[in-house]
Amino acid sequence: MTWVIHILNGIAFGMLLFLLAAGLSLIYGLMKILNLTHGSFYLVGGYIGLTVMQRTGSFVLALVVAVAAVALVGAAIERFFLRRFHLDELPQTLLTFGFLFIFADLSLWIWGGNPLMLNMPEIFQHSMPMGYYAYPVYRLFLIAIGLVVAGGLWWFQEHTRIGTMLRAGVDDAEIARALGINVSLLFTLIFAVGAGLAALAGVLAGPVLSLYPGADFEVLIFAFVVVIVGGLGSLRGALAGALLIGILDDFGKAFFPEFALFTVFVPMAVILVIRPTGLFGRR
Amino acid sequence: MTALAVENVSKNFGGVSALANISLNVSRGERRILLGPNGAGKTTLFHTISGAVTPSGGRITLFGIDITRLRPDRRARLGLARTFQITNLFPRLTVLDSMLLALGGASGHSLQLIGSPSGYRSEYDKAHQLLEQWDLVGTARRVVRTLSYGEQRQLEIALALAGQPRLLLLDEPTAGLSPAETRRVVSMVHALPRDMTILMIEHDMDVAFELADRIAVMHQGRLIAEGDQAAIRANKQVTDIYLGAD
Amino acid sequence: MTARAWTIIGCFAVLALLFMLPEVLRPYYLALVTKMLIFALFAMSLDLLLGYTGLASLGHAAYFGVAAYTIALLIVRAGVDSGLAFPVALVAAAATGALFAPLALRARGSYFLMITFALAQVVWSVAFGWRSLTNGDDGIPDVVRPDFGWSLDSTTSFYYFVLAIVGLATLLLVAIVGSPFGRALRGIRESESRMQALGYNVWRYQYVAFVLAAAFAGIAGALYAYYNRFVGPEYLYVVQSAEALIMVILGGAGTLIGPAIGAGLIVFLEDFVSSMTAHWVLVLGIIYVLVTLFAPRGLIGLVDQLRQRRVKP
Repeated sequence: MTWVIHILNGIAFGMLLFLLAAGLSLIYGLMKILNLTHGSFYLVGGYIGLTVMQRTGSFVLALVVAVAAVALVGAAIERFFLRRFHLDELPQTLLTFGFLFIFADLSLWIWGGNPLMLNMPEIFQHSMPMGYYAYPVYRLFLIAIGLVVAGGLWWFQEHTRIGTMLRAGVDDAEIARALGINVSLLFTLIFAVGAGLAALAGVLAGPVLSLYPGADFEVLIFAFVVVIVGGLGSLRGALAGALLIGILDDFGKAFFPEFALFTVFVPMAVILVIRPTGLFGRR
Repeated sequence: MTALAVENVSKNFGGVSALANISLNVSRGERRILLGPNGAGKTTLFHTISGAVTPSGGRITLFGIDITRLRPDRRARLGLARTFQITNLFPRLTVLDSMLLALGGASGHSLQLIGSPSGYRSEYDKAHQLLEQWDLVGTARRVVRTLSYGEQRQLEIALALAGQPRLLLLDEPTAGLSPAETRRVVSMVHALPRDMTILMIEHDMDVAFELADRIAVMHQGRLIAEGDQAAIRANKQVTDIYLGAD
Repeated sequence: MTARAWTIIGCFAVLALLFMLPEVLRPYYLALVTKMLIFALFAMSLDLLLGYTGLASLGHAAYFGVAAYTIALLIVRAGVDSGLAFPVALVAAAATGALFAPLALRARGSYFLMITFALAQVVWSVAFGWRSLTNGDDGIPDVVRPDFGWSLDSTTSFYYFVLAIVGLATLLLVAIVGSPFGRALRGIRESESRMQALGYNVWRYQYVAFVLAAAFAGIAGALYAYYNRFVGPEYLYVVQSAEALIMVILGGAGTLIGPAIGAGLIVFLEDFVSSMTAHWVLVLGIIYVLVTLFAPRGLIGLVDQLRQRRVKP
């Protein structure tokens, strides 16, 4: 029965990873930007949610404010900085690297160096009986949110015009313009959506993983491993990779606590050797 | 003797057939021209021969050796050289450095990490000699990026020839050149040793008919005609889809 | 006088200056210059990949840190002689590079960045998590400096030791960069497909460059372990990788002098900023943004621009 618990925990963590990896993948798929600031969006989102929660006591408000604020910050970064280097990989990566450090230090300044736990909303503060164990409802809620977001993104990709372009992996802005789509706005929008998803993950993670300096780099690595395994630019890949890595990490932490990252590193290495474009990547 | 044999080669890109069962035999010393409208699959065929693209099916042999799945650099070592349709040089290196690289690729001993400058002397001399041969010696110290388009096309061919290939693939060497520059390239090709086999994509009909021993015509990924000048001129299908459009 | 002659004169002048430094500088600043030399080598090693081969690594601290930890573990845990540990550390760094290179070289561009970043973080997590071996966050103290019959404990003698090693390594790098191999790396940076068509096994060159870069980073890491007499997980952390990367880009990628100058500047700035606030990481981030926006080709690039502007009236 313990392994069911581990798998459920893994899926719950995997859903958080999916929220991160989906944004990373979406942004890369459309703009070919490897966004290292994604880790900051997660952590800063979590911290903002925490502050709102402390002030107002409302989890929903915490979610909304954090996602909106971080999406706005993301839009600004895209608009005023990344835009200047369209399709120029290295300077874009360097900019997002710079912002990663700027946000890391600013949030250390504002929220301090100790791990902070977001209070869990009351309705989730109980557990569901499961055989001899009791399983926390909050983690089931995480899984549900992940599924809803995955479904929403899937619908967006399959049934909207913007989605069609995303699927085609638009790197030809001319075609997009011919389709009557405001590319400039689309880029900003998608970047904001990706940032918002990362912030959502940050707030949702707050009550279970806690927030601390360095978490930004940690989740960024996990998100990288997920997209390397799943394939950069693919939504399906992000979901499959996130679940796989989430579950592996949970087992790894349980059985080899000293080599936590190692258990996700091994599958990454294996995938790189046998299928360098990832499970669902195309190139 | 057959220099290059392409047997039933096909290539699909995500369901779209770019090459359909192409078979082509080029004998040693032959100058073969590939004709065909844009999108006919000529460059894709070049890519499968040079190794930039792996064919979905079929077999390619170079002087009797199966090269279908060899890496591009291995093919180059077997005596295959190519130019690129879109100029593919070393923009921030000098012309001389580019030529030295071309010579080094052929000799294969440039994995040596540290060498004595005197050991390089002979390579320098050879590079200068080749640049002189192709009228590029005046540009030796210039950065490739600063060359004129015509000079860049010339360098493109000169680099491919540095290793004294047995089979040379020329992908539209005269595209975008002025009439004078085109004449220069044509005489360059004329001056090449007769035992060098040449497969060349060309759009300029005059150039094609002047240089070709035989001509092959591609259309929509298929080979639709093959023969000497007269046969091609007489071919109804070719005149319809290609010459007719001229 | 030719440019070449000026370069040689310049090199001798700098060398003479470096030799005289212990006479004029206070120990604190001499130690700072020692650190600059170590990081100059670290930055140059990264530039072999980034500037010469065209492969941007976000995880170069891995090799730096592996060498440092090898030194510390051998000396402190295994009681190996400090001088003997040095070559072993170098081999360990090169071996790590040899192991990681095939994974990173499966891909280009963004994938290469992600993989090098992830691999370095994995190494960091091991150093951080394996407390029984590495003391985790607390690090390993008491890393003694080598003793070749004369002690390296004084700031001055250690400075000369570092100057000698970094000098030798730099000479080696200059030779590599100027060799046919170095030219081939630049060719690969400019056009992989053209190099392949010319008969170069591109992968093999990139692999060798990767391992060499790791080995030279290892020398720097080993020296830094001696310098601090201490090794901790921050040697392997992403901030360390980021510092090396910005040193290269700030100075000017694709040259050896650029990264060396960049290293001097960043080390100086870090020291200066850290003496006033605890927010060096914030400043580092801002430097990243400013350099990318205003000096994408580094200081060397700015100098070139100025020179060209002067030539063109």
